[in-house]
Amino acid sequence: MYQNYFVVDAHTHFWDGSPANQINRYGEGFIKCFHDYHSNLSPDEYKWPLEEFERYSEERMIRDLFENGYDDVAILQSTYLTDWYVNGFNTTEQNGRMAERHPGRFIVNGRWDPRDGEAGIGELERLHERWQLRGVKLYTAEWKGDSKGWKLSDPWSYRYLEKCQELGIRNIHVHKGPTVYPMNRDAFDVADVDDAATAFPGLNFIVEHVGLPRLEDFCWIATQEPNVYGGLAVAMPFIHSRPRYFAQIIGELLYWLDENRILFGSDYAIWQPKWLIEKFAAFQIPDDMQGEYGVLTPQIKRKILGLNAARLYDIKVPGEFDVPDEPVDSGPAIASGTAA
Amino acid sequence: MRDLAWRALADVRDPELDQPITDLGFVAALDAGDDGIRVELRLPTYFCAPNFAWLMVADARDALAAIPGAGPVTVTLVDHFAASEINSAAAFADHFQTDGQDGDLAELRSAFDRKAHTAAQERLARQLMPLAGDRLGGLTLAEASRLAPDAAAAVARRRERLGLVSDHAICDDRGAPIAAEDLGGWLRSARTVRVSVDGNAELCRGLLATRYGVSRS
Repeated sequence: MYQNYFVVDAHTHFWDGSPANQINRYGEGFIKCFHDYHSNLSPDEYKWPLEEFERYSEERMIRDLFENGYDDVAILQSTYLTDWYVNGFNTTEQNGRMAERHPGRFIVNGRWDPRDGEAGIGELERLHERWQLRGVKLYTAEWKGDSKGWKLSDPWSYRYLEKCQELGIRNIHVHKGPTVYPMNRDAFDVADVDDAATAFPGLNFIVEHVGLPRLEDFCWIATQEPNVYGGLAVAMPFIHSRPRYFAQIIGELLYWLDENRILFGSDYAIWQPKWLIEKFAAFQIPDDMQGEYGVLTPQIKRKILGLNAARLYDIKVPGEFDVPDEPVDSGPAIASGTAA
Repeated sequence: MRDLAWRALADVRDPELDQPITDLGFVAALDAGDDGIRVELRLPTYFCAPNFAWLMVADARDALAAIPGAGPVTVTLVDHFAASEINSAAAFADHFQTDGQDGDLAELRSAFDRKAHTAAQERLARQLMPLAGDRLGGLTLAEASRLAPDAAAAVARRRERLGLVSDHAICDDRGAPIAAEDLGGWLRSARTVRVSVDGNAELCRGLLATRYGVSRS
């Protein structure tokens, strides 16, 4: 809770990227890459040395999220990366065990990988039975042996999405990263999300990092698919070092998606919710840009910081912090023919 | 020779960010002498998209090899997860293996050239609007060049890269003018493309500065 904002942090991690857990140089490169993101966009007083960042304690996470950080509920996203980390980067089991020690604080999301085939379907059922999943996090750039990535539109992906629908796992968080092959494809292309969102209208597809670095492609898709959402991790930290860029990005998102489909996420421990929430609550579109982008109202901020995610995850919001439903802008008049 | 080599590298652009690799700080080392030219390229992250990395290495190699009297040219990518594959491909082959998929990287490059063209036109339109108002859609590129020379030249350069010929200041991907009733919508979409390209460039510059401890320009 911050001021009168109920906060759902839709993207957090409890990872182990330490050298002891790294299998190879890719594991080392991955956590260092995260650390550069952290160092580049965090205010100085929130920067951690690499060693601290590689592995942090449960106590520290609880303090950063809930005691100092204003999160009311945090969603733990599972990222396995078992080709790079001995025990995985953070698995559903590890996240789940931690969540159980802090009742009411966390929602644990599972994961699946279409390349696991039939066996993986069974594993998803088992995970769901154990942790009552309401969502999954998918990382399409994950390596698995010779395969360096997959697509949401692959036939086996559809099998897993059907299983999610059947089990009631409604929230599909999708994270794009740089796959290796084929080289002639844009690894960050979000077109497969479009296909899957059309095929599974009963599922919600939350595109992490609002499709960055393909913001525009994400916007065209979200305009056409009402079940596509944008997660603000990576985009929101610009609010500190590059506030005018942040204004443009949030302005574009509000124009194409409307205010009901944008979710706050700190991506902890890459960034800490405390400063993100304080700065976002105080943020306004600069005067000279308001003609183009309008203004951020308290109602818009309330939805982004918590109410939108609460709706997706059936999180009960204390009445005084809720906002009444009212007609919203259904998006731009020009919806199609712009993506070419 | 070193100056010539630097100028040649300044013509190599990051296909995604649409900026010269020399401006972006991607040239980590340049050594030009009688025995040839050696260049090291570095990128903002260990996991930057390997296809764009490959294109920059290949483009840099081609640009340097085109200098008369350049001698042997070696371009090496450093600190990247696919560096060994890319470096050996650059040394021994003309085309990176595309894993049996159709086509080569030309279509990918062209898709990003079209985005760069759209973003450049939006920047031009933004300058022209207060000067031309309702006439914007009907302006020729020659007229635009008089009103906003730098922005119009930037559009012309991107058209040249695309092989796109058009007399219009603002045109679609085939060179046709945008109908007056569609111009508002076109500009709105173009703005999103421009915001995305600029935002990516900003993020990449920041990450490179963080990674290598260099000050930001």
